[in-house]
Amino acid sequence: MKHFIIIIACCLVNVVYSQTCNSSLVGYIEDFHDGSPIIGATIYIETLDKYTTSDLNGNFTIQNICDGSLVIVVSHLACDTKRLEVKIQGVTTIEINLEHHVEELHEIKIEGKTNLKLTKTSQETILKTETLERYSAYNLGDALKQVTGVSSINTGNTIVKPVINGLHSSRVLVITNGVRLQDQEWGIEHAPNIDLNTAGSISVIKGANALAFGGDAIGGVIVLKPSTISLKDSLYGKTLISGQTNGRGYSFSTSLSKTWQEGWYVNGQTTLKRFGDFEAPNYNLTNTGLNSKGFSFNSGFKGFEKGFNVFYSYLSNEIAILRSSHIGNVEDLVNAINTQQPLIIEDFSYDINAPKQDVTHQILKADFYKRFKNFGRLELQYDFQNNQRFEYDIRVGNDRDTPALDLTLKTHTLRSSLKLDSNYKITYEFGVNVGYQNNFANPDTGVRRLIPDYDRYDVGVFAISNLKLNEKTNLDFGLRYDFNRIDAKKFYRKSRWEERGYDEDFADIIIDDLGTQLLTNPILNYHNVSASAGIAHQFNDEHSFIFNYGLSNRAPNPSELFSDGLHHSAARIELGDLRIEQETSNRIAATYQFKNKNFNINVESFLNHIADYIFIVPTGTEQTIRGAFPVWDYKQTNALLFGLDITAQYDFSSHWFINNKSSFIKGRDLDIKDALIDIPSFKTVNIIGYNNEKWLDFNAELQSELVLEQNDFPDNNFEAFIPRTGEFVLVDISTPPPTYHLLHLQSDITLKLSLKTDLNIGLSITNILNTSYREYLNRLRYFADDLGRNFMLQLKLNY
Amino acid sequence: MKTLKVLSILFISALVFTSCSDDDTPVLVNEEEVITTLTATLTPASGGSAITLQTQDLDGDGPNAPVTTVTGGPFVTNTVYNASLVLLNETESPAESINEEIEEEDEEHQFFYQVSNNLATFAYADADADGNPVGLSFTVTTSATTGTGSLTIILRHEPNKSASGVSDGDITNAGGETDIEAVFPITVQ
Repeated sequence: MKHFIIIIACCLVNVVYSQTCNSSLVGYIEDFHDGSPIIGATIYIETLDKYTTSDLNGNFTIQNICDGSLVIVVSHLACDTKRLEVKIQGVTTIEINLEHHVEELHEIKIEGKTNLKLTKTSQETILKTETLERYSAYNLGDALKQVTGVSSINTGNTIVKPVINGLHSSRVLVITNGVRLQDQEWGIEHAPNIDLNTAGSISVIKGANALAFGGDAIGGVIVLKPSTISLKDSLYGKTLISGQTNGRGYSFSTSLSKTWQEGWYVNGQTTLKRFGDFEAPNYNLTNTGLNSKGFSFNSGFKGFEKGFNVFYSYLSNEIAILRSSHIGNVEDLVNAINTQQPLIIEDFSYDINAPKQDVTHQILKADFYKRFKNFGRLELQYDFQNNQRFEYDIRVGNDRDTPALDLTLKTHTLRSSLKLDSNYKITYEFGVNVGYQNNFANPDTGVRRLIPDYDRYDVGVFAISNLKLNEKTNLDFGLRYDFNRIDAKKFYRKSRWEERGYDEDFADIIIDDLGTQLLTNPILNYHNVSASAGIAHQFNDEHSFIFNYGLSNRAPNPSELFSDGLHHSAARIELGDLRIEQETSNRIAATYQFKNKNFNINVESFLNHIADYIFIVPTGTEQTIRGAFPVWDYKQTNALLFGLDITAQYDFSSHWFINNKSSFIKGRDLDIKDALIDIPSFKTVNIIGYNNEKWLDFNAELQSELVLEQNDFPDNNFEAFIPRTGEFVLVDISTPPPTYHLLHLQSDITLKLSLKTDLNIGLSITNILNTSYREYLNRLRYFADDLGRNFMLQLKLNY
Repeated sequence: MKTLKVLSILFISALVFTSCSDDDTPVLVNEEEVITTLTATLTPASGGSAITLQTQDLDGDGPNAPVTTVTGGPFVTNTVYNASLVLLNETESPAESINEEIEEEDEEHQFFYQVSNNLATFAYADADADGNPVGLSFTVTTSATTGTGSLTIILRHEPNKSASGVSDGDITNAGGETDIEAVFPITVQ
C-alpha cells in the first residue's frame, strides 16, 4: 500500500515537473564479497517509476534524467534489496554492492524460517523455536534431551545439566548470544544459568569440532541463538503461559520486538516461574520448589556492511533441594538408601527452605561488526558476566540464615574474529580472545571455602577454514591454541596439606602459616592445543555422510584442583588435587544420513579416547566427630567412550508418522579395565504422531520412553561400621536403579484470532501411568523416586 | 569507529574496576559450627571420683581421626552415674561452647546413648519446652553384668522427637542428621 502511494506520488510529481533533462546515471553492480558483476539485477528508479536491468557486465545506464536527487531500488534474486538516494549532476557514475550469497551471512541475518547449521562437517542438531516453546516451563537440560545422544545429570528435577555423549560440566560449553557462559559450570549440582525462553533456536554440536567457541569442548558445544530479526517495520510479540499440576506452579514468558526497515531493532523479554513441592507417585518431595525470575534486553543495528548488538540478561533462580537429601554421615546415607523413601515427607508447600541454592547470573554483551569489500567480515565483542551463587545448608544458631557457600564469579572476555569470505569456495576465519576471571569466596559464611579466591587469565587464538570442493563435498580444518593461568590463594588445613603430600611437592607456595592452617598461592599454567578436521559428502539426494576428527585439551577446573570439603547431599568428602594436568581427547565420529520422501534416518557414531581423563573416585573413609565419611578423590585415568545415536522417522501418510530416537554408549576406564561411572544407560524413545491441518492445525504425539538398567558400572560399594548397631554394613552407592518405561502425551491446536494473532493451546501429560522410577544419573536417586504424573496446559499467543 | 571506542572504554573500565578490589589477601575462615570436642563427665550419684569420656577432632572434616580418651573408672556395677556433656569448638580461640547453641534450639536436638552387652541403661535428665528430652544431662545406671563394651553417644539435628520410641531414647525412628557420633570403650567391674 505504502509503495503504491509513493508510486502515485512520484507520477504526480512527474506530471507537474515534466521537462527534458540531459543528465544520466551510469552504474555498476557487483557482489560485495568477491567483486564479481551481478547480472540481471533489477533497478527500479522510484522517483521516475522506471525500470532497467544490469547487463552481462553488471552495468546499467539511465539516460535523460534531471540533476538533483534520485531514489533507486536495486534488487536481485538471493540478494538483499538495496534502496539508495543518488545525487545526479551531469553524467554520474555509481558503484553498487549487493550481498549475494545469503548463506554466508552473519547469524542474526538468517533469513525466514530456515535454521542454518553453524558447522558443515560436525554432528550438529538444531532445536527449533517450536520445540523450545514446548519446554518453556522446563530447563535447558530437559529440552536438550530431545537430541539423540544428549542426556542429563540431575540433582532432583530442577537442577538439570546436559550430558553430551556421556560428558558434562566443564566438558560442555554453553554459548548464549555469542557469549560463553561462565557460571561455575564445574559442579554437578550447578545447572547452566540460562532461561530457555531467551533462545530462538539451539544448536547442539557433539565433540570439539567447533573451535571458534573454545578448544576444551571435549563433550560438545551448545549454542543458543536469539530469534531471528527480519528487516521490516514491525512490532510483534509472543506470550507463553503454562500451568501444571505437579508442583502446582506456573511459567510465564513474554517477549516484545520492534524492528525497523533501516536495520534497527529492539527486543525485551521476561520470564517468571514458580513451583512448589513436586510429587513422586507415592509421596511429596518436600522442599523441591523453584522460584525463577529473568529478563533480557537485546538491541542494535543490523546493517549490510556494519552493525552492532547490545545484550543484557538477568536470571535469578532460587531452587529448593530435597530436604531428605541433606544428611549427616555414612549411617544416615545407609538409612536413606535402605528406607526406600524420603525420611522427611511433609504436606505440599511453596516454601523454599534450606538446603537451597540462590543463583543470580547477569550477562552484558556488546558486539560490533563491519564488512570490507572483496575481503570479509570483522567482528569485535566484549562481554561481562557476573555469577553470584549462594548455597544454604541446614545450619544451627545464628548461622541459620547465613549461606554456607557465597561465591562471586566475574568474567570479562574480549574477542575478535575476522572471516574472509570473498571466495565462497574457500573461507577462512581467524580469531583471538582474551579473558580475565575473578572468583571471590566470601569468608562471612563461617564455613571453610570449598573453592578458593582466584584470578584466571585466558588467551586463545584460532584459525579455521572451510573448503567447498564441489557442490557435494565440504572440508573443514581448524587449529586453536589456548593458554590458561590460574593464580589462587587457598587455605589448607595443615593436616590435609601433609596428608596430600603437598609439604614435599609444594612447600614453596606457602605464603603464611596461621597455626592450624596454611595460606598458599598456587599458580598453575596450562598450554592447550586443539585441532579439527572434517568432511561432509552428499552422494546423491538420498545418501550423505560426515566424518570428522577432533583433538582437544581441557585444563582442570577449580573444583578438580581445589575441592576440599564435605558434601552434605552425598555424605562424602571431596578432594581436588593440585597435581592434576589437562586431559586430552582424540575423537573420531562418523554420520550416515538417508533421506527420501517418507523416510529418513540419521546414524551418528563416535569414539572418544581421553588421555588423563579427570574423574572422581572413592579412595577410602575418614573418621570425624560426626562419624565416618567416604573420601572421593579427583584422579586421572585413560578413558574410552564410544557410542551410537540413531534418529529415524517414517511418514505413513500426510497425517501419521512414527519416530525413533535411540542412543547407546559405553564408557571404559582403560587403566583398571572397568566401566566408567555415571555413563548414561541405553535409552530408546518411540513416538507415534498424528497431525491434521484441517482440525485447527491439530498435533498429537504419544511417546514411549524406555531406559534400561545400566549394567556397566564400577563397584564403589564399601563397608562401614555403624556404631548404633555395632555392625559393619555394605553401603550400596553403586547399583543403578532398574529399567523403567514411561508414557507421555502431547497435543496442541492453533486458533487464528485475527490476521496477526495466533493462539496455540497445548495439553501434555508426562508419566501418564504415574510410574515410580529412579534414574541412574540423578544424584538424589538414593533418597527419593523421580516425578510422578503431570498435566500441563500451555497457551501460546503470537501477535 | 565510535562503537569501537565505546567498546574499548567499556572493557578497560571494567578491567580497572575489577582489578583494584581483589588484590588483597583472603581472610582466614574459622569454622563456626564445627564441634571439635565432646566431653561427658559421669559422676557416681553416691559420690566418688568421676569418669570422663572425651572425643576431640581438632581438624574437623580434615584427615585426622578424632582422638578418644577415657579417664577414671572403671564403672562399678549397680551404680547410678549423673552425667553431663560439654561441647566445644576449639578451632576458635578461646574455645566456643556449643552447649548454648543446643540449649537455645533444644527442640531441634537430641542426644542418644547406647551401650553394648547390656552393661547399663540410660535416662534423660533434661527436657525442651515441649517436654521432650534433649540429653545434655542424663543418668547412666550400670547393671549387675560385668565386662567390657562400648558406649555410643549420638547427637541428631532435627530428629522427629514425636516418632515412636524417640522420647524414650530409641534412635530407630528418629531420622534427622547426625552431628556427633562417638564410641567409647568402657569396662564395668
